[in-house]
Amino acid sequence: MTITLTINGTRRTVDIDPGEKLLDLLRREGVMGVKVGCGSGDCGACAVLVDGRAVNSCLLYAAKADGAEVVTIEGLERDGALHPVQEAFLDEGGIQCGYCTPGMVISAVDLLSRNPDPTEDEIRQGLSGNLCRCTGYTKQIQAVRKAVERGRGGGRDD
Amino acid sequence: MTSRPEFSVVGKRERKVDGRALATGKPVFVADLRLPDTLHVKILGSPHAHARIVRIDTSAAEAMPGVACVLTHENTPPTRHTTAGQGFPEPSPYDARMFENKVRFIGDRVAAVAAESEAIALEALKAIEVEYEELEPVLSIDDALREGAPVIHDEADSTGIYDAARNIVADVDIDVGDVSAGFAGSDVVVESTCETQYAQHTPIETHVVLSYLDDAGRLVLRTSTQVPFHARRIVAQTLGIPIRDIRVIKPRIGGAFGTKQEVLLEDIAGLVTLRTGRPTLIRLTRKEEFVAARTRHPMRVRVKLGAGGDGVLRAIEMEAVSNTGAYGAHGLTVLANTGSKTLPLYNKAPNAHFFGQAVYTTLPVPGAYRGYGATQGYFPLETAMDELAERLGIDPIELRRLNHIRVGEGSPIFEKLGEGREGVEQTVKSCELERCLEIGAERIGWAEKRGKRLRDGPWVRGVGMSIMMQGSGIPMIDMAAATIKMNEDGSFNLLVGATDLGTGSDTILAQIAAEVLGVPVEWILVASSDTDFTPFDVGAYASSTTYVSGTAVQRAAEKVRDQIFAVAAPFLGAEAGALHLADGAVVGPSGRTMMLADACVRAMYESDQFQIAATASCVPAESPPPFLANFAEVAVDTETGGVKVLHYVAAVDCGVAINPTLAEGQMEGALVNGIGYALTEEMQISSRGRVRNPSLFDYKIPGMLDIPRLDVVLVESYEPTGPMGAKSVGEIGINGPIPTIANAIYDAVGVRLKETPFTPERVLAAIQAVEG
Repeated sequence: MTITLTINGTRRTVDIDPGEKLLDLLRREGVMGVKVGCGSGDCGACAVLVDGRAVNSCLLYAAKADGAEVVTIEGLERDGALHPVQEAFLDEGGIQCGYCTPGMVISAVDLLSRNPDPTEDEIRQGLSGNLCRCTGYTKQIQAVRKAVERGRGGGRDD
Repeated sequence: MTSRPEFSVVGKRERKVDGRALATGKPVFVADLRLPDTLHVKILGSPHAHARIVRIDTSAAEAMPGVACVLTHENTPPTRHTTAGQGFPEPSPYDARMFENKVRFIGDRVAAVAAESEAIALEALKAIEVEYEELEPVLSIDDALREGAPVIHDEADSTGIYDAARNIVADVDIDVGDVSAGFAGSDVVVESTCETQYAQHTPIETHVVLSYLDDAGRLVLRTSTQVPFHARRIVAQTLGIPIRDIRVIKPRIGGAFGTKQEVLLEDIAGLVTLRTGRPTLIRLTRKEEFVAARTRHPMRVRVKLGAGGDGVLRAIEMEAVSNTGAYGAHGLTVLANTGSKTLPLYNKAPNAHFFGQAVYTTLPVPGAYRGYGATQGYFPLETAMDELAERLGIDPIELRRLNHIRVGEGSPIFEKLGEGREGVEQTVKSCELERCLEIGAERIGWAEKRGKRLRDGPWVRGVGMSIMMQGSGIPMIDMAAATIKMNEDGSFNLLVGATDLGTGSDTILAQIAAEVLGVPVEWILVASSDTDFTPFDVGAYASSTTYVSGTAVQRAAEKVRDQIFAVAAPFLGAEAGALHLADGAVVGPSGRTMMLADACVRAMYESDQFQIAATASCVPAESPPPFLANFAEVAVDTETGGVKVLHYVAAVDCGVAINPTLAEGQMEGALVNGIGYALTEEMQISSRGRVRNPSLFDYKIPGMLDIPRLDVVLVESYEPTGPMGAKSVGEIGINGPIPTIANAIYDAVGVRLKETPFTPERVLAAIQAVEG
């Protein structure tokens, strides 16, 4: 079957298998920032924004994304500038191996779009679906707070 | 103690040199590279814990459209080897073959299919007919050691096994003084036996390899490994091809923690590529990772301590039995580390005895895992110290103060027990454990909280502590080399075999080079872990990279600096010895400068032309221990047995932290992994030997909601033998949570947990047993 979706701002019409997951479609289309961690929705490494909300793309049938706007980690830069969450992850040491980073950052972007000034508990709740085995999370939580603080200073509001 | 010099780049919270690529999702991991005509491999795992393959028929699978090749024991090299990526010759037995007519755990390799797609490969696996002769499984340490137990490695051609007929992979027995006399002369003796579980590393990226032929027909392995050079050697050995025909590239990798110090897939991918000429991708699913990748060695460790009434230890005895599963990878060395990384901490005991065995079972295969045996040893040791303090009526912190090793002191254990053989004598040259204890006790509120058993409904609070050491690389065995060459804009290429697993070692090594060369980190262009283009390094394990590879980088940078001085000296009209490097320039005694770019242009294009470049190596003479004091406050639910860690303080002496953010990150990650290991993580194994919870849903690693308030304090010392004063920090943190939480639980509810993980069931049962 054929679906049409927007991936990081570019409209694409693609042939898919009815059973294909969005994760596999995205990687097949060369969007490699979407990571495979478990295939069962437990780790969040494959999280992408679908119509603005973070979803585990390993669980979502590609067919369900017909007509959707999909944003992955590759789609967060604007005019060569990183998203404040990306900058904050770099500054605060929120990235070690970087394999969970795309999903973690996407979840954080989703959280901040719904709740621009989350408490630490709300950050933990918001990112609880993303597993990281390297950082112990402390610096990732700090990074989200840093992104919030910078946002107050006139950062991007997406 | 040597004092810390002023640094300009070292000690700064520099961004990771690979950070931007990772933050933006660049295709930097193994499976992100797409090559045309790539074959996909799936591996058929044994359904039996112990069986002989009587007949295997792959003809139907081979006949399926889209199947390129099928590998079994009938058509692959039979060379015995170890999958453990260690220094050569490896201290692990050669007890594995690519494929064999015997399988020794559920998930052991039976066959592999390479096909046009994963789906076709999976279909083809189903078409392989295998007739097994089932053998009696061996499902525990006791099972393995009993009289008349089935012999798991009954083959004639395996080597390096201590006693194959009795399933004993390795045996260690070292003595210092006379422990019997020590115990006889003690006023108080305590004994503690603790058991640790099967646990897995669970890097978010599973094992993955992409192989292909380069233009010259050589085999390229782009692989998620901690040990590129060992992987090259082991694949060459296994496939029977020359090392010169293999290139191993480690791109960015998605975590490792020890499990990727193992050659698990590269041989299969390599052979498929050599047979078909086509690129080949193998990526384990999460389930396959749980079933067939590596785990931590489950152990039963008994510790007996004897002390005088003054609290000074007279004798320590430690007996360890390690389950090394179906193959002996890391069996001996993990066992030896259980003693060698723990007992020197309490060097006041004049008598010490460490002995133990590593035994085969027909269970999943343990290997290297952050902490590497020390984790299993510190559980009973630090539990026993807590018991001893109570018996003596001494504060647990004070008991540690009376007994821990100090600057200027050594331990006979350093010499007697090394990497599966004798060790290396050393004295401690940096140790801030005293300050770690002080800071940790203050941050947790030890004096106010200890023994108070503050109650809130069913929840009771307690605090516990523990201390520990690790090492920094393997002395007189590890080796690292670094090459630095200069470019005509004053930048430098830093080429290292060292292997950044996500730890940030590329950044650390760049900071060390930048410090010596007087340039910003951005002027150091790091290329790492490519066996064709970077010099040898054993890889990332044993907490070695900063200390060993860092020293090689420092030496290479100093050689390059001297070459630059030789070029600049005539221009600046000064002796080379009077020059120094700063802010991208050579600075003469009068303050006159020559830009680095000009020095390089002069060397490249103008006079006495040559490439400013140097290579240096490091084989460390010793392995200076980092030190750690752990403090935790927990709450125990006396109705359910639930345990919550409320606050965890880790004060660590890692020498100079080359990059404090990265050093803290190593500690935080290790602590959270250790907290999971202490409380929730357990591979449940069925009575047939099957892993019952092979998913991240059923095997619970900590998420953001599960972590306590975490205070990591870097209590820096200056290690005179280390690069820029640094020691290691990669592993030590993971040893802390189990004994610290166990001791805090005891403070809260008066029960000693001796088996991990401390699940509500176990804690409640212990509480009920005490209440009678």
